[in-house]
This record gives sequence, C-alpha cells and structure tokens, in this order.
Amino acid sequence: MALVVDDEVQIRRLLRVCLESDGYRVHEASTGQEAITEAAQRKPDVVVLDLGLPDMDGVEVLKRLREWSRVPVLVLSVRDREEDKIAALDHGADDYVTKPFGAGELLARLRVARRHADPAPELSVFRSGALEVDLTARVVKVEGKEVKLTATEYSLLRLLVQHAGKVLTHRHILREVWGPNYAEQTHYLRVYMAHLREKLEREPGKPRLLITEPGVGYRLVEES
Amino acid sequence: MNDPERPNPDTLLAAVQRDDARQRRGKLKVFFGMAPGVGKTYAMLEAARRELSAGRDVVIGYVETHGRKETDALTEGIPAMPRLQTEYRGVSLTEMDLDAVLARHPQLALVDELAHTNAPGSRHPKRWQDVLELLDAGIDVFTALNVQHVESRAEAVRQITGIPIRETVPDSVLDGAEFELVDLPPEELRTRLAAGKVYVPESARAAQDNFFRPGNLSALRELALRFGAEHVGQDVLAYRQQHGVGDPWKTGQRLMVAVSPSPSSASLVRWTRRLAGELQAGWFAVSVELPQPLNENQQARLSRNLALARELGAQVITTTDDDVARGLLRVAREQNVTQIVVGKPVGWQAIELFRGGSLLNRLIRDSGHVDIHAVRAEGEASAPRGAVGPRLRAQSARAYGVATAVVAAVTGINAVLQHWIGYQALALIYLLSVVILAMFVGRGPTLLAATLTALSWNFFFAEPRLTFRISTVTDLMLFLTYFVVALAMGHLAARLRSEQAAERRREQRATALYLLTRELAQASDFADLLAIVIREVSKAADADVSLSLPQEGLEGALTTYFASSWALPEKEQSVAAWAFRRRQPAGRDTDTLPSSAGLHLPIMAGERALGVLSLRFRGAAPLTTERRDLLDSIVRQIGLVLDRQRLRDAEQQAKLVAESERLSKALLNSVSHEIRTPIAAITSAASSLDRSGMDPGFQHAMVGEIQGAAWRLNRLVGNLLDIARLETGHVKPKLDWCDVGDLVHATLKDLKNELEGREVKVEIGPGLPLVRMDFVLMQQVLGNLLLNAAAYTETGTPIQVSALAQPDRLVLTVTDRGPGLPPEVLPLIFEKFYRAPSAPAGGTGLGLAIVKGFVEAQGGRVSAENRAGGGAAFTIKLPLTKAPPVMEATT
Repeated sequence: MALVVDDEVQIRRLLRVCLESDGYRVHEASTGQEAITEAAQRKPDVVVLDLGLPDMDGVEVLKRLREWSRVPVLVLSVRDREEDKIAALDHGADDYVTKPFGAGELLARLRVARRHADPAPELSVFRSGALEVDLTARVVKVEGKEVKLTATEYSLLRLLVQHAGKVLTHRHILREVWGPNYAEQTHYLRVYMAHLREKLEREPGKPRLLITEPGVGYRLVEES
Repeated sequence: MNDPERPNPDTLLAAVQRDDARQRRGKLKVFFGMAPGVGKTYAMLEAARRELSAGRDVVIGYVETHGRKETDALTEGIPAMPRLQTEYRGVSLTEMDLDAVLARHPQLALVDELAHTNAPGSRHPKRWQDVLELLDAGIDVFTALNVQHVESRAEAVRQITGIPIRETVPDSVLDGAEFELVDLPPEELRTRLAAGKVYVPESARAAQDNFFRPGNLSALRELALRFGAEHVGQDVLAYRQQHGVGDPWKTGQRLMVAVSPSPSSASLVRWTRRLAGELQAGWFAVSVELPQPLNENQQARLSRNLALARELGAQVITTTDDDVARGLLRVAREQNVTQIVVGKPVGWQAIELFRGGSLLNRLIRDSGHVDIHAVRAEGEASAPRGAVGPRLRAQSARAYGVATAVVAAVTGINAVLQHWIGYQALALIYLLSVVILAMFVGRGPTLLAATLTALSWNFFFAEPRLTFRISTVTDLMLFLTYFVVALAMGHLAARLRSEQAAERRREQRATALYLLTRELAQASDFADLLAIVIREVSKAADADVSLSLPQEGLEGALTTYFASSWALPEKEQSVAAWAFRRRQPAGRDTDTLPSSAGLHLPIMAGERALGVLSLRFRGAAPLTTERRDLLDSIVRQIGLVLDRQRLRDAEQQAKLVAESERLSKALLNSVSHEIRTPIAAITSAASSLDRSGMDPGFQHAMVGEIQGAAWRLNRLVGNLLDIARLETGHVKPKLDWCDVGDLVHATLKDLKNELEGREVKVEIGPGLPLVRMDFVLMQQVLGNLLLNAAAYTETGTPIQVSALAQPDRLVLTVTDRGPGLPPEVLPLIFEKFYRAPSAPAGGTGLGLAIVKGFVEAQGGRVSAENRAGGGAAFTIKLPLTKAPPVMEATT
C-alpha cells in the first residue's frame, strides 16, 4: 500500500494510475496534517511526499513521521536545488525525485526504498554488474579478479554497498567514513571516489556503478 | 492570485483626495473693522458657528474674548486647541500652538488678531506668518483685523490719530482674502467704550481718548470702508486671474520705487504699494549699489527697506552702477516699467552739480516715456543722516591724521627746497603730494590736504611770507588755480579708488562663482558634487555648512548629507525643514525664526526645492547685503548644477526603463513562441493518441514527441528561473572541490537525449587537479554550451569538450566545426535575449547569458571566438588554487 501526498489533483491522479499499474493500493492525502493522520491509520508500505504542501512544509511532515515511523519515504518535488534535496535526505527521506519525472524511474526508486526498509536477511555478498563485494571476507572482485583497496577505500565502498541504490549525501559519507570533524572536507571524498572509480569501473571517465548525484552526493547502482 | 502589492482602488482614491487637499491653499477670511470694539471677534465666532453647524471641521486656534460674557458664550461648542505657554523674562505669555493646529489639520481654524506680535522665540515673529503657514497647509482661516494694522494704511492712521502703529500686516497677506466688514457707527462705538465694553490694553490707556475721538473714528471708518471696497474689487481680479480671463495686470502699468538706506524710503515703498494696489499694477523695488561701500548702519537700513518692499509684494531688484539715475533707468527699461517713484529732494545738494543736476532732474530728463513721481518722504526722517559706524569713524579719523601729517612733511621738504627752486614751483610739489595722497585715502582727507597745502603755500612760501595776503595777480591766479586743480584731482583720484574697490568686490564675487563652477564641473558623480558644494560654500562663506536633502520616499522629510561639516542640531533641522517646505530662506538674518544659529537657504531649481543649505557663520557680525547676494548667487548656481545632475539621472533612468521595456518585449516574444511550440506538439500528439486502433510504431513516435516537447518546456522554465535568479542576485555559488572529468561526464549523461546522434569528444588533460567550483552551476554552463553547439551546427559535425590546467587557472573549451560566429555578433552574444540573425528557429537567447552569469558568479571568465579552420570556440577560465592535502581515514 502506498500513500501519495501532494496538493495537486493532477499529480495524485497520475501517481495513482502509475502506482496501481505496479500493484500498489493507493491512498491519497492533500495536506501535511492529513498525510500524518493517514500514515498513522493506514500504516502504508511507502510514502510519496511532495514538499510544497499548503499547510506545512514537506520536510516538517518528514520530521514528524520520523518521530515514530521508519516507513520508506520518497520525496517527489519541483524543488531542484541541492539544498532542498540535502535537507530532505538528511531528515530521513529515502530518496529524492524531481518533477518532472519518468514513471519507470519512480517505480524503480520506490522498489529500492522498500527493499532497504525490509529487514532482509543480511547480505554477505553484494553483486552489481562486474563488481562483487564479500562483506564478511572483505574481498572485492571486478570481473572475478580481486582488487586491492586501501582501508579508507574499502570503508567508503562498504558504506555505499550497505545503502546500494540510495543517494548518500556528501556529509553523510564523510561523517561515516572519516568522522564528524570531516563533514565539510568534500575534497577527500572527490579524491577517494576517483581512486575507487579507477579501480572498479571499466571506464573510469564514464562511471556506471559509482554515480555522481550533482551537488548532493553519490549512489551505488545495483545492476543485475 | 491575490497580489498584496497591488493597491486597492479605494486607497488610491483616498491618496488622490489627500493630495488635492494638500495642494489646495486654504482660504483666508478677514473680519475687518475700523477700530477695536466694533465686534470683529463676535462676528467671526458667529460665522464660525454657522460653518460648524454646516458640518465643517472648525477649531479655535487662538481667540481672545477678554472675558466678555456674550463672546465667551459663542466659543462654547467650538473645539479649542490648547495654547502654547512661553516664559519670557519672567512674564508668562500664551500663543497659538501652530504645530498643534497643523497636526490637527482642521478644515477651518479661527485665529484672532492677525497683526499680533508673537512671543520672542516663537517660530515666526508675527502671527500673520503663522496664518500663512496654515493657509499653505490647506487650512481655511478666519481672522480679525483693524484698518490701522494694514501696512499700507498705517501711515494714514498715524497722520489721523497721531499714534504710531507698530504692529502691521503686509498687504500681500491680505491679497485674495475674503473681507467681511464689521461696521459700527462711531457714536455707538463711543457708547460701548464708555460702558467698558471695549478692551483696551493697559499700555494704550493713555492714547485711548485721542484714538477714539469722534473725528478720528469717522476718518478711520472711511479708511476701513474704502480698503474693504478695494478688496472686493481684488477678489474679482483674483477670480479673473484664476480662470484665465484677461491679463494679470489689467492696466498694463508697472511701477518701480527707488529704495535707498534712507529711513524715508519706507514711506516711499508704502506709497508705491498703495498706488500699485489702486492701479492693480505689478511693482518693483530697486536699489542701486554705488561704488562707495555702505557702512553697517546704512546696510541694515537698506536691508530693512528692501524687506519691507518684499513683504508688501514687490519684486526686489538690486543692481550695481556708479550712477543712481542711470541704474534706475536701466532697470526700468529692462522690466518695462511705466512709472518710477522717487523721493522729493530736501534742500539743495551742491555735490549734485558735479553730476549734471539732481537725481530727480536727471531722471526726468532721461526717462523718455516713463512717468516720474516725486513723493515727499514722510515720517521717521529724524533718523540721523550720517550715522557712521564707530569702526568707519576711527578709520577716517586716522586718514585725516595721515593727510595732515603728509602736508606737514611736505611743507618741511619745501622749506628746504625753496633755497634751490622758486616758490611758485613748490606749488607743484604740494600738488604732487595731494595726488599721491588721494590714491590712498578717501575723499574727505584729500580735500583737507588740498586746502591745507593751498594755505601753507600761501602762508609759508608766497610773498609776503607768513601772511595770508597775496601781493601779485600772478600769485592770486596761481593760488586759485592750484586750489581748484587740487580739489578736482583729489576728487577724481578718490572716485577712481572707490570704483576700483567696487570693481574688486565684483571681481571677487565673479571669481568665487567661477571657482565654484569650475570645481563643480570636475565632479565625477553626485556624491562628489555634494562634497564639493559643502567644501566650496564653507570656504566662500567662512561658515560651517550642512546640506539637507529630501529623504527618498518620505515627502517633506530631510536627511542631513553625511559629508556636511555641521551636524545640524534638532532645532536647526526643523528650521531647515521649514525652509525646504516653504521654499524660503529661514533662520538668522531672515524674517523666520531669526533667533536660529544658522541661516537656511533652500536650493531651488525652478519651482522645486532640491534641498537646503544651512550655514553657521564663524564670525558673529550680521550678514551684509553683499555677502548675502554672493551666497544667493552661489546657491542659485548650486541649484542649477544639482538640477542638471538630476535631469541627467532622470534621463539615465528613462533609458533604463526603455531598455527594460525592450527586454520585456523580447521576453514576451520569445517566451510565447518557446512555450507555444512544445504545447502545440504535446496537444496534437496527445489528441492523435486518443484515436483508437493505431499501430504501435506510430504510438511510440507520438509518445516520443510528447516527451521531447515536455523536456523542452522544462528546460525553458529552468532557463527563465536561472536568469531570474541571476537578475535578482540570488545566485550564490557554493564553491567546492570538484572533479572536472566527473563534471563533463555527468553533463553528457544528462543530455543523452538532446545530443543523440552527435559525436562529443572529451579531452581531459592528465593529472587535472580538483577545481573549486559549483558543480551544479558548472553542469548547467557546460550543458548550455553543448546544447548551443548542437543547435547551431549540422548533425554529424563533431563537438569537442576539452579541459586543461594552466598554472593559475582551469581552461574549459567547447568547440564545434559549424559555420562559426559572424564577427558583428561577437560582442553581443552573451547579452540576454540576444539572438544572432542567423540563429535557427527556437531558443530564447538566454542560454549564453546564463553561462556568462554563472561563470562570473564563480569568479571566472567566458569568451567566444572563431576557430582557425572554421567553427566556434567557447572558452571558460576558472581560477585554480591548490587543493588541500588529503589524509587516509582514521577510522
């Protein structure tokens, strides 16, 4: 079941068609207050949340939701500034899609968000394309060949693998890998990301696994 | 949408009405009588009650009922403004609270006794000035006045009653006023007086009987009736003028009165005003400044006489000439004057013979078609004619001493010389000394020296010696000739000298103005101009100067310009504000608030006041006419310059407006085209999809069309938002260390659809360092350049993106092999909404403007040129700094 929160009827109608075609049952809410009530009563599996709501800001709705719920939230907004994206992600959004959006992409992102929310069995081996990461053995292979990573490179990769498919903000990565004092040192991240791409990507100049989300952060793509 | 900025029609209407009220001048109604006690206040209150019951907003500004019951009763029900209590030398005085009335802003204010003199320290010395201010504020005023207090009638009243009148109201104040004559037969007035119903001030008790004599009252009554009748006529005239009927001076007469420092000039001025009133003619008061400087007393008297003329409504003109008659006639010709009024000479003045007859005779002889009135100067003539200031007296005493000493010295020299040359030749040496002396001292000492030398020669050297007798005819001839020649020489030399002095003063004035103009011309901008004004005026006037300018958006409010050399105290600020509002000088040496420390001169441009120049003189001496004239010239000059600057700014503003109009037109044209095209594509594709039974290939194509059009619309909106952010200064780049390769790749990935079928070569130099930039802005910059290249070149021609690091900058280039850029568009290509004539259909002309804006926001530069071998090249240069070192993670 999905809860769609948007003040525009047209968008709600479109999302309903789109989501129902993918097998969701859809509930709608047009205000922030309504969204919180609906989420509490219906316990949806996923929430699609617009930021520009008439009664309160979407980020506020997100904050309130996160006080008691871990439901995956995908923010869908016309706001395309990086500050907005970062704010939403930092306040617990699982993903961020800007309007206008493609239906295919939206559904794919929703799937990723739901999978992360499920307390799925601990994956010990992650595979995407030619990349294979064994988290228990701490072994990284590309096309079956083992690749040597430094400790920092490995912890960066491990973080991305743990959140595969999700956008991680610069601050989040820097904090997790380097520590809270390094949250602003983006050049660390750039340098190590370049190293990782060098070692893991087939064409480092045209990365397919380690994707830059301009101004926001990075995402590790899951390929089957 | 409900726009909070949009004014609602009711507010607009109210604002217009307020403006109307402000522009409308209040009406003055005068309850006019022949003497105290005729019941003016009573009549005024009765009229006010009628107004009140007609629904008008009436207040009592100041009414004195002198405790009479029936009058008191009439004031009841009319709201009275509180009075202002002031203490002056231990006496408590009450005055009208002008500011309170202005703030209350009633429709009609009652202000008794128009001729009243305010307590010292009030804003205006006279109540009629308060009333003028009320009228200017658009408040109607009812007031009361006796004929004896009318300036032009005061002299007549003095002659009738023998009592000098001190409190007078200028006739110009009464022009255009409505008159209600309050009349009472003299007998009845005397009865009321006897019954104690007439209030007479303590100080006037003695004069009371004389004033209220039956004969006097009849004469005063006639005077009052005549004056009232005249003003009824004036009302008609005012009406005609207001409604554009007939020309302003019905009789075509223009009068001129010659004004001198003489006390008798005042009565000449009044006489002329009366004549002008009767003829309904315009009139001038002219003073001719002679080469000989006036002493302080004369100067003060001249200023007073001219001020009187100004008050009575004359246009005052001061001119410089070494001959009074010539100066007067010149002004008369310039101003088309038809009648000149001069004083009738008293006694016989020998000096006039030298000048070709008396002033009057010469005026009559040379005046041509101009009529001359010779009027007997009356009253106040007892003022000392030659009241010479102590300074001047001391100076001339010294000069006489010098003259005597020189004569004694020369006599000594001659006593020696007589042994070698004849005694007749000694006369020449005396003559020489007189001529030389004349160059240094005034006329009087020269004449003294001439007389003394003539007598000395006769006494000491001419035979028989040591007597005043002259023995030969030759000697007699010599003595007389010598005497006349010495006198004439002395006179001529002295005159030459004083003319030179006058010339020098004029020269100084011209120089000061010239210097000011030159300095002002060098000002580079408005602020500079104001700084120069303050500096130069401070120098020229030997004063601390403050410049107050109107506050933008706040009507009537002034701010002191920060570069002023005198920080205006609050009290002076209000004087400056008054001068600005009324467009009249105020402060010391003027009629308004003369107790102020500073002189406040409005800077005028035509009818507008641009600001106020406030001066605090470093010396304590009163301002001479000469310096005041210089200041006036300077302020006029400043007004001209400021006005010119203002016009220049306005012109600039107009240009900007025109430019923004052009831009918005271009915006509308291109935006409407750019929006409609994709919308048309979407609607037609969607409507064809709606038809059933079509093949999947067609369906797919239509969906592709819709998607393409939607993306195009999205990009347009993005561009418009970006340009709006740039225009409003909301682009604040977040500089961060970025990987250029990452940037190029992310951009190309984003534009995969738009660049489909185009070969884009990427060349990134090895070892390119991290660059500090805003990743998202740069992505857009690069994207716009790539889209631009794709739009302007044939499909299939290559596009190349290259990046390389120079020691201090990153050079990012987008090149193509298209037709290149016409040389004439190169300077314009980054302007917003500019589209090259050869541009293909579609596009807003915003893309490159955004590129430029974003790159410059990050401290970079963008340029365009044509490549050797064809095609265009766009180059971005961003500053390059060394990235900080990177450490391994510690966790």
